[in-house]
Amino acid sequence: MSTQVKVKNRLSSTVQSLKPSGIRRFFDLAASMEGVISLGVGEPDFVTPWRMREASISSLERGHTAYTSNAGMLPLRVEIQKYLEERFSVSYHPETEILVTVGASEAIDIALRAILDPGDEVLVVEPCYVSYEPVIRLAGGVPVFLKTTMENQFKLTPQELESHITARTKAIIFCYPNNPTGGTMTAEEWKTLLPIIEKHDLMVISDEIYAELTYGRMHDSIAALPGMKDRTILISGFSKAFAMTGWRLGYVCASPDLLAGMLKIHQYTMLCAPTMAQMAALEALRHGRSDMERMIESYRQRRNYVVDGFRQIGLTCHEPDGAFYAFPSVASTGLSSSEFAEKLLMEEKVAVVPGDVFGESGQGHIRCSYATSIEQLKKALERMERLMGRMS
Amino acid sequence: MDRLKQRELLHLLEEDSRMSAEQIGKMIGEPTEVVEQTITALEAEKVIVKYPALVNWERVDDHPYVNAMIDVKVTPKRDVGFDEVAERICRFPEVKAVYLMSGASYDLSIILEGKTMKEVATFVSQKLSTLDSVVSTATHFILKRYKHDGIELEDRDEDHRMVVTP
Ligand SMILES: Cc1ncc(COP(=O)(O)O)c(C=O)c1O
Repeated sequence: MSTQVKVKNRLSSTVQSLKPSGIRRFFDLAASMEGVISLGVGEPDFVTPWRMREASISSLERGHTAYTSNAGMLPLRVEIQKYLEERFSVSYHPETEILVTVGASEAIDIALRAILDPGDEVLVVEPCYVSYEPVIRLAGGVPVFLKTTMENQFKLTPQELESHITARTKAIIFCYPNNPTGGTMTAEEWKTLLPIIEKHDLMVISDEIYAELTYGRMHDSIAALPGMKDRTILISGFSKAFAMTGWRLGYVCASPDLLAGMLKIHQYTMLCAPTMAQMAALEALRHGRSDMERMIESYRQRRNYVVDGFRQIGLTCHEPDGAFYAFPSVASTGLSSSEFAEKLLMEEKVAVVPGDVFGESGQGHIRCSYATSIEQLKKALERMERLMGRMS
Repeated sequence: MDRLKQRELLHLLEEDSRMSAEQIGKMIGEPTEVVEQTITALEAEKVIVKYPALVNWERVDDHPYVNAMIDVKVTPKRDVGFDEVAERICRFPEVKAVYLMSGASYDLSIILEGKTMKEVATFVSQKLSTLDSVVSTATHFILKRYKHDGIELEDRDEDHRMVVTP
């Protein structure tokens, strides 16, 4: 008698219903070609600065290879507390309000799992990071999308927020500075939304992974605004600003009751974040600021360069104030995002990500990462100009 | 152009002196002409001294080439101290750098470039050590250069990132 499980029942219906990432499809296509210039990479082009690598190596040499406490090494949490206070004027208690996670990715997951009951609706400000929707679904929630547009510099407006709230709405999730648009929100702009958030008693999941990457002004954290800390789950990490994507290290901050809930999930699933990575992160916060500033300076220069370049070749592009993405419109070519991106890849071997991968309101745009060298950006712009020339 | 932008400009040129004024202008947010004028001014003020290419001669097979560092003890002269002998040493074309050192058992550190070891030896024995104020020399040959002027000369890693990521 066979004891095999029936193949079609192996995966849960939720998992079966998840769409494969649109980014993945493009990756496969681009990876199969030679000589591609990629503006499709959502991670720093810098290697993690040596001092962090060195700190991790020397901790290994000293034999720091055991688990740390579930919430992460206390000295690291203390540094995170000091850092957030100094940079963004938000204060969290290192022992009860900060949890070190396996990347911001895990933080997003446990935040949603900790607060959602089946059927709870989560407002998602789009265009947005590709993981929010599937992770909400995996946590049993129902994503409801809030649109932003280039005309509004991809900022969330009170009208858009209010019109999608129902009795089932539990939370709102967003990322500012934004991936993929580079849009940011100022404290004044946040303040127009607070009355609505309070009136409907929403929880806020604020993904601030790009907080350090702002050009021209400091990032305003929603958690720093009056009355917001209690209802906000602040998520960040080391991947972007410190060029530490492969280390898988992030953190989540929230009031003690929420944090205790997330810690339960974390300790049963991850136990703790990798010890070597925590050692490197400690070094990053203690001594890595100047390395970070050097990288930010370089992103700013490249942003100026590409945005100017896009405008000159006839692509409308808003000024991205943060992250390392530009999100020009390709509407003038009459092509959809995917058509344009595919044509650009096939004919000129430049990889960008079609905007609609990040949600419906990204349609008509392409995401171009400028975390790559000026020479590559220059070549990419020349190739794009050729394509634009042929199409006009 | 303000001081801060001028500094940015200098950093960019130091990293890649072939970067065009137009490119720099776009990156720091200044018109091309302003960048051009600033560069001309900085050249005139001798803030920008030279636009060198950093060549890794070890990669150029048929280019015989040796580098030596020489510690030189000298007798300082009244009124001019070390300057006079240092200036004389500077004038030899094979001398690439001359530094007055503190905390060492010698006074001047010289970097010398020659085609062969013999050429370096001849320079030291016939030109350098015969100078009036030179008391003694110690010659160290450089066997391999790993890093020079802030640049690592070994192969840099390629971009290992995936072509497209979230
Ligand atoms: C908005 C956003 N959040 C989270 C992440 C994931 O970050 P981590 O590497 O810390 O998991 C990314 C990575 O692209 C991102 O763009």
